[in-house]
Parts: sequence; C-alpha cells; structure tokens
Amino acid sequence: MPPLSVDDHVRGPDGGRVVIMYANFECPYCAAAELCLRELPLRLVFRHFPVRTSQPRSFPAACAVEAAARQDAFWPMHDALFADQGRLEDPHLWARAERLGLDLGVFEADRRSETVAARVRVDFRSAIRAGVATTPTLFVDGVRHGGPPSDELLASLA
Amino acid sequence: MIEAGRSAPAFSLARHESPPFTERDLRGGTTVLVFYPFAFSPVCTDQLGIYNELLDDFADEGAAVYGVSCDSTWSQAAFRRQLGIDIEQLSDFWPHGRTSGAFGVLDPGGFAHRAIVIVGTDGVVTWSHLSASLDELPGPNLIFDALAGV
Repeated sequence: MPPLSVDDHVRGPDGGRVVIMYANFECPYCAAAELCLRELPLRLVFRHFPVRTSQPRSFPAACAVEAAARQDAFWPMHDALFADQGRLEDPHLWARAERLGLDLGVFEADRRSETVAARVRVDFRSAIRAGVATTPTLFVDGVRHGGPPSDELLASLA
Repeated sequence: MIEAGRSAPAFSLARHESPPFTERDLRGGTTVLVFYPFAFSPVCTDQLGIYNELLDDFADEGAAVYGVSCDSTWSQAAFRRQLGIDIEQLSDFWPHGRTSGAFGVLDPGGFAHRAIVIVGTDGVVTWSHLSASLDELPGPNLIFDALAGV
C-alpha cells in the first residue's frame, strides 16, 4: 500500500479503517464510489489520478481542490466538485470558490501555480508506482482494487 | 509472444505522413512497443492516455514509446488527434498484422493482443508482457520496473 504522508488529505473517524482512493473529479465512477464510501466509518485518504486525455477537466479540477486546500477547504471543494461533475469549467470553479468563501485572487493564483501542479503530480506518480491504471482505485489493507468497488468490498468495509 | 533475449524480427510499420518504422529504427535507443487491439476502444483509450501522461518519465529512462495496432494510419491519426496524445502510432494494417504476428501477438481475429515489448539499443528484446485479457490494462509501473531492470 502506498505509504501515508503528512500531505495526504484524510477524513473520517479516528481509528477507522484506512482506505486510500485514487480518483479524479471528472470520473463518474469515482463520484459514485465516493458517495458509497462517505457513508462508511472509514479514514478515507483521497489522492489524485487525473488523466487529461480522457478527462480533460480532471487536472484543472485537481488543481482547484488543491488550491482550496491552501485555504483549508479541501473537503468542501472536493464535495462540491463531485456533487456536480457537469460543471468543471473555470467559471464553475470560480463560482464554487466564491460560494465557499475563498479569497478568489489567491485561489486563482494558487490553482495555476507550479506548486499546486507539482502536488497533484506527486499523487499521480505514487499511483503509478503502486500499479494504479484506472479510476477509482482503492487500497484496502494493502490490496489494490481497481475499478468501481464491488458490493462485496463495500460490505466488507461497513 | 516474443521473449526477452531474442532479437526483434525484421518488420515494417507504416506511419502517418512519415517513412515506415522498421527494425533499423530500434537502434537509436530503448524502444517500448505498445501493441493494442483497436483505436477508439475503451481500454486502449485509457491505456494510451495514461502512458501519454508519463512520456517525460519514459524519456528520462531513455525510452521512446510507440503505439502499434492493425488500424490504418488514418484511423490512428484520428485516434491520436482525438485523444490529444503525443505517442507516435505505428500501423500494422498492411500486410495485415504481419508485424504483430512476427512478435507473436496477433489474434486470429485480425488484431493485436494487448502486449508490450521493450527492445534495447542492440535490437534485442529485454522484456515482454502479454495481458491476460483484452480488458487488462498493464500498469505503467510494469514498464518502469522493466526499464530499471527490477
């Protein structure tokens, strides 16, 4: 299992089972998986796996959520992006940032910065090293599960 | 399929608006031949898209990546344009599948199996991988491990 780092985005109850999800915000299977996982008592670790050719807004969306993270709003932006995947163009990202009360100027500069792009690439490269080749991919107890989580897997996490 | 330690066979693959790619073109550096079944099909699209994100990493390892299928050069060019990828495409359309057959990855249905062959600068295969099924997308980690000699 790819090791956890202090830079990881994690939410869920202390002591919960740790699940790492590689995903991107333009992937409908990722949104569906996230809806299932958020109902479970897990420590969910979100990592980026944007593939620009098949999902061209996945990289800008990943940068947007990382820019939001710099204003302590990773998870609110994460939820807002997954909630409406049909609106991931720049004006939609600005609207979400505004709704979340972010400093728009800082958000815009951050999401276009090399620092934020590099942060996204760190996740992507960790995914490659771990054998990820599709989204979503979950790691549970060191085992890789590529593709939408099965009913059996979700039941085992409940 | 062709195994590590064997010399790459003589072959010729058509390129869109360029001279054919042959075994002589393998001599300039490490070559990663990515055989895939069909342009525009779902897994092939994902596979080339992910590999395309890593072209700089492959270059850092001294490797050039090529996509190989039995589609025509026109289909491959359209596929490449639609995906927005930089990976050069090599066509085994005619004589249909001859190169795929020489590498041992041609399906009787007339398409290349999903397979990867790495050829060293001396023209000798250093690693090869055949997916267990057409739906199995080989993770790029397999290629990087092979390039690193893991």
